[in-house]
Amino acid sequence: MDLTYSEQEIAFRAEVRAWMAEHVPEEPLPSFDASREGFDAHRAWEAVLNEGRWGMVTWPEEFGGRGLDLIRWLIFEEEYYAARAPLRVNQNGIFLLGPTLMEFGTEAQKARFLPKMATGEEIWAQAWSEPQAGSDLAAVRAKAVRDGDDYVLSGHKIWSSRAVYADWAFGLFRTDPESERHRGLSLILFDLNSPGVVRQPIHQINGEHGFAELILEDVRVPAENIVGAEGQGWKICMATAGFERGLMLRSPARYQVAAGALARLAHSRGDALDPVLRARVADAAMNAEAYALSIYATASRLEAGGKIGAEASTNKIFWSEMDIALHETALDILGDRAELLPDAPGAQDAGTWLDGYLFALAGPIYAGTNEIQRNIIAERMLGLPRG
Amino acid sequence: MEFVFTEEQQMMAEMAQGFLADRCTTADLRKLTDSGDTFDADRWAGLVDLGLLGALVPESAGGLGLGRADVIQIATACGAALLPEPLVDVMGVVLPALNDLGQDALVADVLKGAAHVALVHPDAQLVQDAPRGTHILVMTPEAVTLAGAEEVTLTAQPSIDPARALSSVSMDGGAIIAQDAEAFAQVARSGAAGALFAAAQLLGIAQKAIDISVAFACERQQFGKPIGSYQAIKHHLASAQVAVEFARPVLHAAAAPAATAARIAHAKIACGRAADLATRSAVQVHGGMGYTQETDVHLYLKRALALRRIWGSETDHRNRYAARLETSAFGPDTLFAKEA
Repeated sequence: MDLTYSEQEIAFRAEVRAWMAEHVPEEPLPSFDASREGFDAHRAWEAVLNEGRWGMVTWPEEFGGRGLDLIRWLIFEEEYYAARAPLRVNQNGIFLLGPTLMEFGTEAQKARFLPKMATGEEIWAQAWSEPQAGSDLAAVRAKAVRDGDDYVLSGHKIWSSRAVYADWAFGLFRTDPESERHRGLSLILFDLNSPGVVRQPIHQINGEHGFAELILEDVRVPAENIVGAEGQGWKICMATAGFERGLMLRSPARYQVAAGALARLAHSRGDALDPVLRARVADAAMNAEAYALSIYATASRLEAGGKIGAEASTNKIFWSEMDIALHETALDILGDRAELLPDAPGAQDAGTWLDGYLFALAGPIYAGTNEIQRNIIAERMLGLPRG
Repeated sequence: MEFVFTEEQQMMAEMAQGFLADRCTTADLRKLTDSGDTFDADRWAGLVDLGLLGALVPESAGGLGLGRADVIQIATACGAALLPEPLVDVMGVVLPALNDLGQDALVADVLKGAAHVALVHPDAQLVQDAPRGTHILVMTPEAVTLAGAEEVTLTAQPSIDPARALSSVSMDGGAIIAQDAEAFAQVARSGAAGALFAAAQLLGIAQKAIDISVAFACERQQFGKPIGSYQAIKHHLASAQVAVEFARPVLHAAAAPAATAARIAHAKIACGRAADLATRSAVQVHGGMGYTQETDVHLYLKRALALRRIWGSETDHRNRYAARLETSAFGPDTLFAKEA
């Protein structure tokens, strides 16, 4: 056990910090979920990031990465968030599909998709859920029918994040029409600009359209776009979901930076801060640090050859609940300014906190609801019987 | 940066766990407390033989010269086993304090099992097993006093935890061995050690309370199925497990050399909350049986109730953490900050 950074790690932090200071845009970019303009601005940022070879530092060099270990990834993320760099528009690609392709993809798929994912040239959407298949994902009905060298996709996907503006999607389809539940599903990559794809933006609680409905009518996809073998889709998606709930999607720095901002917001109220609010601010900071310490411990364990299992579900519960509590505390400090939109003359920084709060409310739902995560913890970590 | 225990650290923990599994079951504990006692002299002799008492004492003074991170998992195991003898306090707080205060001869006697020193501290005013003590060490921010057993008057203060024999102490004599700034610093050092090791025991209790509840929920049938198959039961235990998962790394970081007082405060709060949630969930999951003394649930509940409040309450520790938050930089790069 050694909780000090090595000289190399310290030098790495300095290198990231210097690069970020020089390159992070001074003005925040417009949201990538609200307009094509915002989406394209984030795509351009991904290209800048990739020119510095910072797109995905843990990836092998051949795919645009630096082949670094997870501790350095954490340090990178810390500096990234501390510099207030733009959110990653391609998170579905780099954090979910990327690791999935590295584990289950063919060499040709890796060569075809990963480099363009790293540059942001191709931005990815996730297409798993359907109107009747939310928490019960195994109820997927959308079909992929083999026809010569193609699959022909048809069905209805919903809550597909980034699908309004993204270029590609990875979807879960039933390749065996006779199959039921988890069997007979396959993971297939498809171009969202293919004929037969209709995207319908969904208006979210925060007024943005971060996800869409996808109506697929006879969409032809080359058969080589299947990831893994036919029928392996469930197993592969569960591995992807592990990445999503676990280490990559929500790096701890995000919450540490938010908790630091909350502490400054509270401090700006000076002596007027109520002791109960003071306690809640301290709780927010403690939780952000607990999450960070836990991720460091997990990263060290993985570097030492360990694996991440059902404990990924504990991460997802913890960050989603802490995120809501943190932002709720900020709104309580802001009082009657809390409801103001960011462009209201009297909003000052209130709008950012409101945005953060509304975004946080989605946390216990996406990537598998927290109710499902608690079932997973109970059954796979604790060994309680299935219902 | 390597946030994992070394093989040696892991082996020491397993050695202690093995000893406790053999010698400190809840059946052993019930037998002891049913006989009106709280101290098993044979088990204590076994712990003395293992050399654990002096784990944090330098080798030059007869100890093992280890650090807190080396023994933190042992303290967790003692909590899980509800060990009634004061190994954790003696190893973690009393002997390091006596060593800091230059009481070499007394340190040697304690290590041999020839002396017992009980500690009175501003954050832990009642002493455990004082009638067995040969000495009482009393710390205040103004002075540290060492008294012989004959120089104090003890008043028994029965606890809800049947394994905690507490007394209040009034001093009739004794020698001042440190004053003013030195005493003040010692109070802070010992207070931090006490909080850290209480937190470690709370974490052990939390996990154990979950484990016995899982076992019960797999056995106990209602409506024709094990109650553990129902989501309402699952979610209670899953939530408690989440609390444990995010208290453990905080505890381990708080055991690092030069960990800040704020991190130790954080660990005490996180482990205390995890133990509270886990033991109260255990009562609920055990239902009617959870509200009896027939199952072991009440033993974990009562120990957690005590440990959560001695060595600083949640409010004390949160004020400490908040004060640091308000006066120091806070960000991702301060996570492993050291005490100045």
